[in-house]
Amino acid sequence: MGLYASSPRRRVAAAITLLALLALPWLMQTLDQGFYVSFASRVLIFALAATSLNLVIGFGGMISFGHAAFFGAGAYTVAILAEGGVHSAALAWPLALAVAALLALLIGAISLRTRGVYFIMITLAFAQMVFYLIVSLKSWGGDDGLLLLRRSTFGSLDLKDDTTFYFVVLATLALVLLALDRLAHSRFGRVIQSIRENETRMEALGYPVFSYKLVCFVIGGALAGLAGALLVNQSGLASPNLLHWMQSGTLMVMIVIGGVGSVFGGVVGAVLLLLCEEFFVEISPHWQIGLGLVLLAVVLWAPLGIAGLFGWGRSRE
Amino acid sequence: MSERRTTLLEVRDVSKHFGGIYALNEASLVLESGEVHALIGPNGAGKTTLIHVLSGALPADAGQVIFDGNDLARRAMHERVALGLARSYQITNLFSRLKVLDNVTMAVQSRVRDWGSSFSFWKPFSLDSAIVDEAHDLLAQVSLTGLAGRRASQLSHGEQRCLEVALVLATKPKLLLLDEPMAGMGPEESVRMVELIEHLARRVTMLLVEHDMDAVFRLADRISVLVGGRVIASGEPAVIRADHEVRRAYLGDAE
Repeated sequence: MGLYASSPRRRVAAAITLLALLALPWLMQTLDQGFYVSFASRVLIFALAATSLNLVIGFGGMISFGHAAFFGAGAYTVAILAEGGVHSAALAWPLALAVAALLALLIGAISLRTRGVYFIMITLAFAQMVFYLIVSLKSWGGDDGLLLLRRSTFGSLDLKDDTTFYFVVLATLALVLLALDRLAHSRFGRVIQSIRENETRMEALGYPVFSYKLVCFVIGGALAGLAGALLVNQSGLASPNLLHWMQSGTLMVMIVIGGVGSVFGGVVGAVLLLLCEEFFVEISPHWQIGLGLVLLAVVLWAPLGIAGLFGWGRSRE
Repeated sequence: MSERRTTLLEVRDVSKHFGGIYALNEASLVLESGEVHALIGPNGAGKTTLIHVLSGALPADAGQVIFDGNDLARRAMHERVALGLARSYQITNLFSRLKVLDNVTMAVQSRVRDWGSSFSFWKPFSLDSAIVDEAHDLLAQVSLTGLAGRRASQLSHGEQRCLEVALVLATKPKLLLLDEPMAGMGPEESVRMVELIEHLARRVTMLLVEHDMDAVFRLADRISVLVGGRVIASGEPAVIRADHEVRRAYLGDAE
């Protein structure tokens, strides 16, 4: 499991997937399944959130168990701004990103002074603090969450239209994945991956390890905030559940199944998990037992996730 | 290297204790630039602790370390490396899952003064060909050229020790702290390492911690003897060999 390296084959696979996703709304409408366009947006938004966590865990080696805080912060920022009459996406979305980044900076600056299981617990603790804070604030909806009555406005684009919104989400995800692929091959990306491999040695080579980890943590948090901003637009509700530790857990499961430390791992995991949720829940409400078995199988036999199985992940020889 | 020798490192009365045990007890040491200075002493004398204190891995409890005119007291490990103080590890400490070449490029890339910051998020590293070229150069110096594509974990112990040296060299140090570079090596590998160190000694000052006395007396310009956390003698090899106290405390035991 060395440094991440893209192969031409993987780039072709990504391009084909992108084309298929571009054709998806048309396909759904032809099949008269328009409902699924909005569902597809949801899947892609979770793919973005999982990808942001994968940057932190998979590339940076920081097992953060509090990623939901940033996801939720983005969603609440957009909903709160809308309450105050700010509906412009050009304003609200970057702000959501900035709020999440700032929160990540605060939490990271303290948490990154710890290692291993302490880091896991302290990020969890911070995220739960944010969760209880939001739940206790009645003016922001408390337990019930905050409704977003109309979607953000974005220039001449009509985001109320599910198909348009879907394309905006798809474009955002595609850009983030492109940026992450670039980052993984950049100096910074190599540094954070090497810190994941051997932190002490990086320090001994003269790298200010803490700064690199913090920057990585903040980028991950900011992207989660962006995902949150999109999600509240998709669902129309900023719910405290977005901030709950189970949400952090879900994102973790996604990247473990999809492929830790692979650019596309988060996407693969989010798609698989949400598709399973959507279709298996009708068969049995206990479908998650099956999910547990899948997770177990992945951890035991495919530690690099589904992406690893297909050679989309880190090289492993 | 100029003929006039100047002080590169001065260790003044450094102490370090763990609980009630003094690993270092007012240890003092002076290194002149250009020399190979060997640090010898029985097991538990505090040699590795001194390396840890010098490199910044452990804070000293008392005393002062002056390196190249800088007081190191409050400097973090990575700042000391930037000043030109680099260490190797007694127990091999590499990026074992990375390729040999990537191990070295990471080390070369660390030199902020030459390459600029590594906070570069977009430009592919593959365009930094000067870094890669230099890494290949370093691999050639430690005779690992043919193994650049292997994982570090696939190398033999001796090869890993050489890679360890390449990583430290890549930071272009003024002072190299080598903590038992020959630890666990077979005789042939040791010979290779001694030759490598001899070769490097022309360019860089070294503090060499080593148990292999043949190697020490062959390589060192001066030797310091650490016993019980204190430097009991410091001088040229012939002087140390003849020193009564040293023989009693250390060399005598070995013979």
